[in-house]
Amino acid sequence: MNTKIGVKALAIAVMAGSIQTAAADDLTLCWASWDPANALVELSKDFEAESGHKMSFEFVPWPNFADRMLNELNSGGGLCDLMIGDSQWIGGAAENGHYIKLNDFFAKEGIDMGDFIPATVTGYSEWPKGTPNYWALPAFGDVVGWTYRKDWFERPELQKEYKAKYGRDLGVPKDLNELKDIAQFFQNRTIDGKTVYGAAIYTERGSEGITMGVTNALYNYGFEYSNPAKPYDLDGFVNSKEAAAGLEYYKELYDTATPPGSSNWYMGENIDAYKSGQVALQMNFAFIWPGVEADPNVGGGKSGYFPNPPGPGGHFAQLGGQGISVVAASDKQDAALEYIKWFAQKEVQDKWWKAGGYSALKAVVEDPGFVSSQPYAKTFLDSMAIVKDFWAEPAYADLLLPMQERIHDYVIAGKGSAQDALDGLVEDWTEVLEDEGKL
Amino acid sequence: MLQPFIDKLVQKTPSSVSSRVRGLSDKKLAWLFVGPTILLLLAINIFPLIWTIYLSFTNYRVNRPNRDVKWVDLRNYERILTDSDIWQTMQATAHFLISTIVLQVVIGFTLAFLINKKFKGNDLLTTLIVLPMMLSPAVVGNFWTFLYQPQIGLFNYVISFFSGIDPSSFSMIGDVHLAPWAIVIVDTWMWTPFVMLICLAGLRSIPDSIYEAAECDRASQWRQFWTITVPMVLPFLMLAVLFRGIENFKMFDLVVQLTGGGPGSLTTLSSIDLKREAFEKWKTGYSSAYAVILFVTVFGLASIYVKALNKVKDR
Repeated sequence: MNTKIGVKALAIAVMAGSIQTAAADDLTLCWASWDPANALVELSKDFEAESGHKMSFEFVPWPNFADRMLNELNSGGGLCDLMIGDSQWIGGAAENGHYIKLNDFFAKEGIDMGDFIPATVTGYSEWPKGTPNYWALPAFGDVVGWTYRKDWFERPELQKEYKAKYGRDLGVPKDLNELKDIAQFFQNRTIDGKTVYGAAIYTERGSEGITMGVTNALYNYGFEYSNPAKPYDLDGFVNSKEAAAGLEYYKELYDTATPPGSSNWYMGENIDAYKSGQVALQMNFAFIWPGVEADPNVGGGKSGYFPNPPGPGGHFAQLGGQGISVVAASDKQDAALEYIKWFAQKEVQDKWWKAGGYSALKAVVEDPGFVSSQPYAKTFLDSMAIVKDFWAEPAYADLLLPMQERIHDYVIAGKGSAQDALDGLVEDWTEVLEDEGKL
Repeated sequence: MLQPFIDKLVQKTPSSVSSRVRGLSDKKLAWLFVGPTILLLLAINIFPLIWTIYLSFTNYRVNRPNRDVKWVDLRNYERILTDSDIWQTMQATAHFLISTIVLQVVIGFTLAFLINKKFKGNDLLTTLIVLPMMLSPAVVGNFWTFLYQPQIGLFNYVISFFSGIDPSSFSMIGDVHLAPWAIVIVDTWMWTPFVMLICLAGLRSIPDSIYEAAECDRASQWRQFWTITVPMVLPFLMLAVLFRGIENFKMFDLVVQLTGGGPGSLTTLSSIDLKREAFEKWKTGYSSAYAVILFVTVFGLASIYVKALNKVKDR
């Protein structure tokens, strides 16, 4: 009898083992190469232990991320099973069939998009925008915000001098003009025997840098991507007088309050300049804040954070961040969906936030303890409430390139006027949208 | 030594095959040998060229495979030739090309002239001078961005040391006036040794007997230089100019690493612009026309130049 039971148990064990082996997949997750990706590698070990699947990762540095991954998607390559792609890719990925639609899966697994921060659902998951068609689960909430040297701001001699010059206290700027004043105040100032500069802002030309930076000024001066009442009607909205004033503001900030040589800076260069004590302020995506806090030179209370300040035309900040999608060309879609189901859980999202990942799950960010959990948590929440994103059209890359070119040529090289740059942009975008059959 | 093996091979070759080969005329045999090379050339050079010319008359976009391809006549060419931005990149390319060639020829020839003299440490110095051209352009571009860094860059400190200007007061790759020269300096640093080596070969090919005869005729050093050295090195110099001209016309990697084409579009050379149009904006038809224009320009200039070179050689 015992022998029979033993044999049966052995058979079941062997079968179970073989079933697990057959079901275990080697999943590859593709993302940008940055700090949050390292946190996700650690987090995913829990998934491996729970599911038996093995996780591999393909991380590409930001400047090459879009090129590399969009080529991968366009070519129908089988490298990635899961893609944490940029928010602006969603239109192209949905229309060209690069991602699988997740509505049925969400319904079946009880994943409710209402549980996530609305801006992240619109920004990372929906296509067409504003419709309940989901192609991704919000994975990493991100937004452009500002980091400042709180320890410098608190110096009595600087406070006194600033107040005498501007008639107000040196502190978190209430609007974009105050931000410029503060940056100019610090420009070429000697602090602790070292020359420092005002602000590190995005100026990069090659990928998306200057666009992600300048929009924080443009939006707040009144720039619109198109007529709110008539989609794709650009003239007078992209190149309005208010938008031109916003662009002039950004150029003035660059010309008068940034470190020399910062003509091609993006996330990495801004972080380096800030951490090495070159600048009083830096514009950057929120993902850098955990790293700032942990830094021996500028962390541990020496830095403060604030959302992009309002301007005369409104109060917005450029959306960053990404959703996680299942790649249509993957032959391991079931296992990839399993990962998304696991990732959407509250406990996993809690761990994600603690590890340095910005959860977009309301249950995490609306938790009473969230705001006090990190010095930057409130700034993150406030910033996520004012986000606006670049075009997410399938032709997003075609729309981004002329903007990079026109803005960089004006802001950095001083070519023409702000109005010329935006008028030129309208021409370029009109051509792209005509090509796309949208006009 | 191979004869026994060949004999064995001939014996073992089936008569049907040997008679067929024996029956081939010299012309056919020549085609048999040359054929594969010609096929390869057609496949990887001629066909893409013809295909590019065809595409240049269409609105084809490689990232829109399902869209109808329309024949647009000369519209792409018209747009390129009337686009002020394209002319600006052409100007940037011309500035880069002319400045680098002039500097490299002058410095390269001078260095070759000095190295050609026999002195202690000559070999070591030659090796040191040619080191930059052995490096990868991407690496050179990358480390020069650090040398040009206003806060910590060695270049700025050297300039500051000699001029007294604050090193952080200027940015070689961020300033609209300095950036075009920043790429010229790096290319000159990297490729002057190449021009020097070619000039050195030219200088060493001049027989001593000519100088000895000139000495007998009491020709001064200056006269020897202008009537012997320069004319005899000229074909070599012109060859160096041709090589550097073609190379710099298609310069890409070094400048992309160094400035990314900025600030603005001031260092965006034609090759960088073409790459952006073709593989970032994916305007395949348009960029094909752009490529054809550049090809015709280089081909035309190179043909004129080679004719001039041949004339100098024949003199």
